[in-house]
Amino acid sequence: MSDSLTNEEFSRYGRQMIVQGISNNRDPIEHQLLLKNSKICVIGAGGLAAPCLSYLAGAGVGEIGIIDDDVVETSNLHRQIIHSTSKKGELKCDSAKKFINDLNPHVQVNTHPVRLTNDNAFEIFAPYDVILDCTDTPMTRYLASDVAVLLGKTLVSASGVNTEGQLTILNFENIGPCYRCFHPKPPPPNTVSSCSMNGVIGACIGLVGIMQAVETLKVLQKVYTKDNFEPFMLQYSGYMDQSLRRFRMRKRRHDCVSCGDSPEITREKIESYEINYLSFCGSRDYDVVDSMERITPVEFKEKYWSAPAKECVVIDVRPQAHYKISNFKTDTVTNIPLATLTSMKGDIGKLKEVVPEINEDSNVVVFCRYGNDSRLATRELKDKFGIQNTKDVIGGFFAYIDQVDPSIPKY
Amino acid sequence: MSLIDIKVEFLGGLDSIFANKRSYEVKVDNTKIVTLKDLIFDVIVKDLLVNPEDNYSIYIQDETIRPGILTLINDADWELEDELDYLLQHKDVISFTSTLHGG
Repeated sequence: MSDSLTNEEFSRYGRQMIVQGISNNRDPIEHQLLLKNSKICVIGAGGLAAPCLSYLAGAGVGEIGIIDDDVVETSNLHRQIIHSTSKKGELKCDSAKKFINDLNPHVQVNTHPVRLTNDNAFEIFAPYDVILDCTDTPMTRYLASDVAVLLGKTLVSASGVNTEGQLTILNFENIGPCYRCFHPKPPPPNTVSSCSMNGVIGACIGLVGIMQAVETLKVLQKVYTKDNFEPFMLQYSGYMDQSLRRFRMRKRRHDCVSCGDSPEITREKIESYEINYLSFCGSRDYDVVDSMERITPVEFKEKYWSAPAKECVVIDVRPQAHYKISNFKTDTVTNIPLATLTSMKGDIGKLKEVVPEINEDSNVVVFCRYGNDSRLATRELKDKFGIQNTKDVIGGFFAYIDQVDPSIPKY
Repeated sequence: MSLIDIKVEFLGGLDSIFANKRSYEVKVDNTKIVTLKDLIFDVIVKDLLVNPEDNYSIYIQDETIRPGILTLINDADWELEDELDYLLQHKDVISFTSTLHGG
């Protein structure tokens, strides 16, 4: 516990310390010391955390833990601005630590280069006051919420994809609602979108991360109290007109299995994996084709691509935007997004409207970005359309690029 | 007949199954469309949902709004109102938002 600020800290934090009207009539030095003596833990060092961590570190939070086992990749940099081109391949938590300490050497940064799991979550969260959820799957969100509830920690939770974002405070001082109060049942896996698949505008997710920093400051500096806190969710939309909506949310549910009157979720059940977040949230089953129905990118090139005599219909089932960004640049490939193919419901007549030369005896090769959707499409083409000679390209377009033609851009 | 105006919004990417339109103004006969349940099943699913045979399950599950979608009545969580039994009023804003997970 620190009970004073150095002269350097007075200069560094002076501009925020002189802001009036936000400190619940607390002495400004005491208000700043609340930050200096606080410990927060951020799960994920990506698009939300990048600006969020920057501002919280700049503001003088005393100790910051960062949980992330990913390394910096080029595709992160348009939004994860705490990292940089020269840090490619470095652990994100190490890269973030360097950035933070360069910005503010007073902050103690603890790196946790692991994935948050049932057996490490309690130990990692324990020393911190407030947890920031900047993760990207429902699974981790349920785990983080359950552990935060059991340890009595406030969770500032943000998310975003595409041009939108959401932000809420969960389990506030152990009185507020938790993630399970809002979402007693997980969403079906096929409705969960991700930044990697659906895209994300860096400035939009960044803005949500900055708003997360503002909410975290209010929690740490006790601007929110048990008396004035009302459960809420902020909904940000970036396009067309930017808007921020504040929704008034339900209070803690008495029947919540995590934070309710008679909770069923316990530390023992989590640590023993009796509570299995993967099976609770489910996952989309792509394992629907056998090895005979698949070919490697090299086989695709040798047997089909380079042999036009062996007439072959090539279908790329990626979403249209993906296709337009990068493709084989030839009209012998037809782009039919998986959703479009599925909506044809096995009607070969509808398929012929897009690919006139196709019939039940055609040799068809299907690929997508990574080789997941193409397996679902292969099943669809064989079972619903009756095209028996359908093959899926293992690893998809990106594996083709890696193994056969690195001159094609990956995105 | 007693016509009332309702604004219906689809946020968090949910507009993709509603013709990519985030906001609709609908006029309904309040003698027939009385509750939020009526609005959802007799107006939204019938008139606004695109390709219902493909998209119904993205919006509805077990005869209610599917898990992962939050429903707001005039910017308040529908749990604070009567959920499906909420009695519609003139100029209500009903919002549906898909929960986001990315970060």
